[in-house]
Amino acid sequence: MILNSIILQTATRILIALLLLLSIWLMIRGHNLPGGGFIGGLVGACACALYTISYGVKKAREALRLEPRIMIGLGLTLAFLSGLISLFLGDPFLTGQWIKIYIFGTLVKIGSPMFFDIGVYFVVIGVTLAMIFALEELEFDYQPSSEADK
Amino acid sequence: MNDATNHLLSGWLVLLPILIPFATSGFIFLFRKQLSGKGLQLQQQIGVFASGAHLVVSLLLLQQVIAHDMLNVQSSNWPVPFGISFVADGLSSLMVVIVSVMALAVNIYSLSDIDKLRQHFAFQPVYLLLIAALSGAFLTGDLFNLYVWFEILLISSFVLLSLGNTRAQLRGAVNYVLINLIASSLFLAATGLIYGYTGALNMADIAVQLSTLPQGIVTVIAVLFLVAFGMKAALFPLFFWLPPAYPAPPIAISAIFAGLLTKVGVYALIRVFTLFFVYDVSFTHTILLWLSGFTIIVGVLSAIVQDDIRKIVSFHLIAQVGYMVAGLAFYTDLGLRATIFYFIEDIVIMTNLFLITGLIARYGGSFKLSKLGNLYRDKPYLAIFFAISAFSLGGIPPLSGFWAKFMIIQASFAGGNILFTLVLLFGAFITLYSMARIWQHAFLKTSENKTLSLEEGNLTQSKRNFYIPVVALTALTLLISFWPQPFYTLSKQVSSQLLSPQNYIEHMFSEQNTASPFKVKESKGEGH
Repeated sequence: MILNSIILQTATRILIALLLLLSIWLMIRGHNLPGGGFIGGLVGACACALYTISYGVKKAREALRLEPRIMIGLGLTLAFLSGLISLFLGDPFLTGQWIKIYIFGTLVKIGSPMFFDIGVYFVVIGVTLAMIFALEELEFDYQPSSEADK
Repeated sequence: MNDATNHLLSGWLVLLPILIPFATSGFIFLFRKQLSGKGLQLQQQIGVFASGAHLVVSLLLLQQVIAHDMLNVQSSNWPVPFGISFVADGLSSLMVVIVSVMALAVNIYSLSDIDKLRQHFAFQPVYLLLIAALSGAFLTGDLFNLYVWFEILLISSFVLLSLGNTRAQLRGAVNYVLINLIASSLFLAATGLIYGYTGALNMADIAVQLSTLPQGIVTVIAVLFLVAFGMKAALFPLFFWLPPAYPAPPIAISAIFAGLLTKVGVYALIRVFTLFFVYDVSFTHTILLWLSGFTIIVGVLSAIVQDDIRKIVSFHLIAQVGYMVAGLAFYTDLGLRATIFYFIEDIVIMTNLFLITGLIARYGGSFKLSKLGNLYRDKPYLAIFFAISAFSLGGIPPLSGFWAKFMIIQASFAGGNILFTLVLLFGAFITLYSMARIWQHAFLKTSENKTLSLEEGNLTQSKRNFYIPVVALTALTLLISFWPQPFYTLSKQVSSQLLSPQNYIEHMFSEQNTASPFKVKESKGEGH
């Protein structure tokens, strides 16, 4: 289903950038303040959903480059690896590990919980988009299974 | 090795049964691109390998738990009442071993049983996620975390149930999801009540705090948990979602559901009714006893009027849950021992019966008793495998089901409960009749239908994959039948652990667990 509306398409081009930025900001903010990978992922998925509605699934898949399923896999793997780091430092699973670096004189803390959040972010976007794409594509692919009346 | 290192290593061992399937599931999601041919095969090989690794670590865990009584780990290194604990006591680690054996067997079976289309739609990753969720539910020591694992379990089982979109599947799946969502909300509400009254979510902490609450409130919460877990376990009034749901998907998926999913509900019942709600036993456990009695009677009576083998076995599955809960309801050492032993042997038999049912249908071309026949003449080995599992389920003496039923009936006699003993015997008798009915119709009866060969279906892989798990599980049944001693000893150890929740609580609140993470860091610094 494509809404062929120029107004929507033009607005989408501006909104999608803003929404994606917002989603990343929410994700990074989430360590100490309201936000986090889950909410950020939902906002990111909103951005992609908006694009899907205005340009259609085919173009959305092209723009996304990664298939939603791959995103789920990547996210799960990243979240798992972030928990695994503590194995090599002698702590239980998921213990937060931090390094401090200075970028232009500003203290920046980078830690394993951040990578966990990024993983969650990808999983949420992946799952949401997989569902949205499936619903959008349904009318073209649907064929009742021959097993149905067994 | 010093003490701290030991503690750390055992902690990772507790988590491995969850992490291995979970990580593999995430990893093989990545093989989406080349799913035709090689990619799919690689996905399957990695999946089976992960199930094997899961079995190895579970066995290691069980061995460690038998040696050390109890292991635990604080994820993220938060001290005890605050962080999420994972605890492997006797019951948890035993359940995880059972899960891993069934998971491996069914995974091998699924290689041939699950058609290509379903394999394409991420069967293998979701299956592994289900295994991770099962292990998580058994190993967690935190009530809210248990809820989270139940949800993961629900989501992955829902995907497996509806994968393929046939009409029967969707009909069953809607029932299944609806009833499970209601059960989950009740579970969440009860957890919320506990948290509101005590401020505790760690199971050991809850057990301590509940003793200070007024008895009335505790009983209300207990009944809420009873309803929530009773739905999941398919206990008497709320079992109607199970018979349409379980037979609907391909048989490999039915088998893993039948073996393990309702048992999570029973496990949760055992956990909360031996750890939390032990103050008003005469009330709560009497309800359990009534429910289990009705579950047995209704389960077996419904089974004898069915025509579809899958439905017959599903109703017996419900009845068997009644037997397990009966042991818990007695709340004696004998009773719990019987329940644990029942767990071990029944999960093997149930899974195996479903797998064999799948083979019967592949040879006979149908699941319906009225259409089957000739199988004893044409497939004598299959008949033997079926007979061993079926008559074990009915409780024929040398087989494992006999020992389990014997223990339950012994516990019932010891409690002086004659009427209930009669119910147990009645259930066993009808079960035997119903198994004999399958035997008569599917195997002995001569019919005009030709027995098909396995190659006629569109098999993706060799038929060896069907027989390896069936033979292995039958061998396991025979092992439990003729050498029940080690399993009995294990059940005894587990039940005595369950009956002394004080040890569980003391272990969780030991110095090592409640120390603040900062102190742990310091002491490690000195060691270096």
